[in-house]
Amino acid sequence: MTMIFGVPLAVLSGQLLIGIINGAFYALLSLGLAVIFGLLKIINFAHGAMYMLGALVTVVLFDLLGVNYWVALFVAPVLVGAFGMLIEYFLLRRIAGQDHIYSLLLTFGVALIIQGVLTNIYGVSGLRYSMPDLFKGGINLGFMFLPYYRAWVIVVALLVCFGTWFIIEKTKLGSYLRAGTEDSQLMQGFGINVPLLVSLTYGFGVMLAAFAGVLAAPIYSVTPVMGSNILIVVFAVVVIGGMGSIGGAIITGILMGVIEGLTKTFYPPASSAVIFLVMVLVLMIRPTGLFGKEA
Amino acid sequence: MNQPVNPADIHKAIVEQQKIQDRKKLMVNGVLLLLLLAAPFVMYPVFLMKILCFALFAVAFNLLFGFTGLLSFGHAAFLATGGYTTGYLLSNFSGLTTEMGIIAGTATATLLGLAFALLSIRRQGIYFAMVTLALAQLVFFFFVQSEFTGGEDGMHGIPRGELFGLINLEDNLNMYYFVLVVFIACYLLVQRIVSSPYGQILKAIKQNEPRAVSLGYNVDRYKILAFVISAALAGLAGSMKSVVFQLASLNDAHWHMSGEVILMTLVGGMGTLLGPVVGATFVVNIEYQLSQGPLRDWVDPILGGIFVLTVLAFRSGIVGELQKFMRKNLG
Repeated sequence: MTMIFGVPLAVLSGQLLIGIINGAFYALLSLGLAVIFGLLKIINFAHGAMYMLGALVTVVLFDLLGVNYWVALFVAPVLVGAFGMLIEYFLLRRIAGQDHIYSLLLTFGVALIIQGVLTNIYGVSGLRYSMPDLFKGGINLGFMFLPYYRAWVIVVALLVCFGTWFIIEKTKLGSYLRAGTEDSQLMQGFGINVPLLVSLTYGFGVMLAAFAGVLAAPIYSVTPVMGSNILIVVFAVVVIGGMGSIGGAIITGILMGVIEGLTKTFYPPASSAVIFLVMVLVLMIRPTGLFGKEA
Repeated sequence: MNQPVNPADIHKAIVEQQKIQDRKKLMVNGVLLLLLLAAPFVMYPVFLMKILCFALFAVAFNLLFGFTGLLSFGHAAFLATGGYTTGYLLSNFSGLTTEMGIIAGTATATLLGLAFALLSIRRQGIYFAMVTLALAQLVFFFFVQSEFTGGEDGMHGIPRGELFGLINLEDNLNMYYFVLVVFIACYLLVQRIVSSPYGQILKAIKQNEPRAVSLGYNVDRYKILAFVISAALAGLAGSMKSVVFQLASLNDAHWHMSGEVILMTLVGGMGTLLGPVVGATFVVNIEYQLSQGPLRDWVDPILGGIFVLTVLAFRSGIVGELQKFMRKNLG
């Protein structure tokens, strides 16, 4: 069997694959955070809860109404995104213009509520969701076995990330969004409905999180607390990538997933901490993050 | 036209006013002290000590958040580091007296605080919060992986031992008065810091950092010192907590704990001296009362609700709102 640094190739590539998949989730989540932060200057502490809601809604829709995966892939993010817009409209809007710290604290409270209430309803043991039949099985690549679903996750996550980057950086809508955050009064003066734009942006960021949640439902255990720990990792990813950058969030996300996967192969005890260690290193060398522009 | 006023008269009036206020303050503090001294005869001392430990934790946090304007989302790391260090030393070296274990725990947390500060101080606002959160998570993983912490089970049976080798701390009353003395000393220390010229600089940094810089202050140094003091006091709170409960667990290191101390400070009134104490008392009581009743599974969402409500409506917290009310209605 082929060995690389004393590790069988199949094991290494397997861990690498898991790393890339985790990285795809980190990328989707940190992208959502970056969109919300970059455009609204809100740190969305409820992002993990929204990711969890995406997965939970998928499972519950299936159990109650038999809604299948493909419909859920569309419906769950829309539902959760609408929920996010309600939060923006009724809560976040009231503290707009205040110190950003308050939006962090507010969304932290919101996350506690959502998570706590759902834990009481569904417990923490994890709900089961079976994969759509289409994705059962996989292909043998010779050096490793690639399950279809994992391949699908990687492809679709990358597509969504790229699409988001394209919309924000390259389209007219994106330039409105960026301009609206630069000088909202001037934009208002041009006849653009900035509050609506803000709601939509928040809703969109939340949708990205919920979309990641739907993708996660068939492969991770769906519990009300599934979002709370991944969120902190994603925060670290965002710090490493540099907060301002949308492209940076995507690249760093995948990179960190891979690094985590490699650590799991070569030195398992450090695997859950390695991203934070990388963060410390990056902070020492480049305090603004790898892709960050200003302090 | 206004009557010309003699500046000396104004000065006299101010001094007079100050004297009255000082006397009022002294009386209030005296009454509080008496209450604290008498409390263990009315209430369960361990519960009171829990409140005092968390109050100290919140006071430490408030020095940084309320007075310097830096939101650390990683203070649980210091609480846990203090607790684990003290617990480990007291459990494994029977020659150590309790206060030595506590001092060592505090010192370790102080060093950790310095490391955190050096890494995070160049970031501001929410970046700072995220960096401290991630650093604290690193510490959390370290404690999860380490053998000496007992992992998920926690560290049990930490001996309370004897203070200075003389006073038996197994006795709850002795323990309580020890915790009370430490708490009051720290409270006075923070009060002193805040009203000192150094404290004024911290406030200046909070209000307008660029201005403080342009006045020639090396703000990073001031901020680092504030962070280290805050971490030291948080570590001390953790050390004492582990002695009081004879237990140190991962709960203390979890980021929920960092969130909780923010809640205590915010609810009580950040940037006020008494606020964190009131907030800690409030939160610990609410948690206890809820855990006894039919809502025992709803502690987290209720705390979350309090969080949201406080941020939306009572941002100055209980003490802050009371001060506003008094200023408005009582002159």
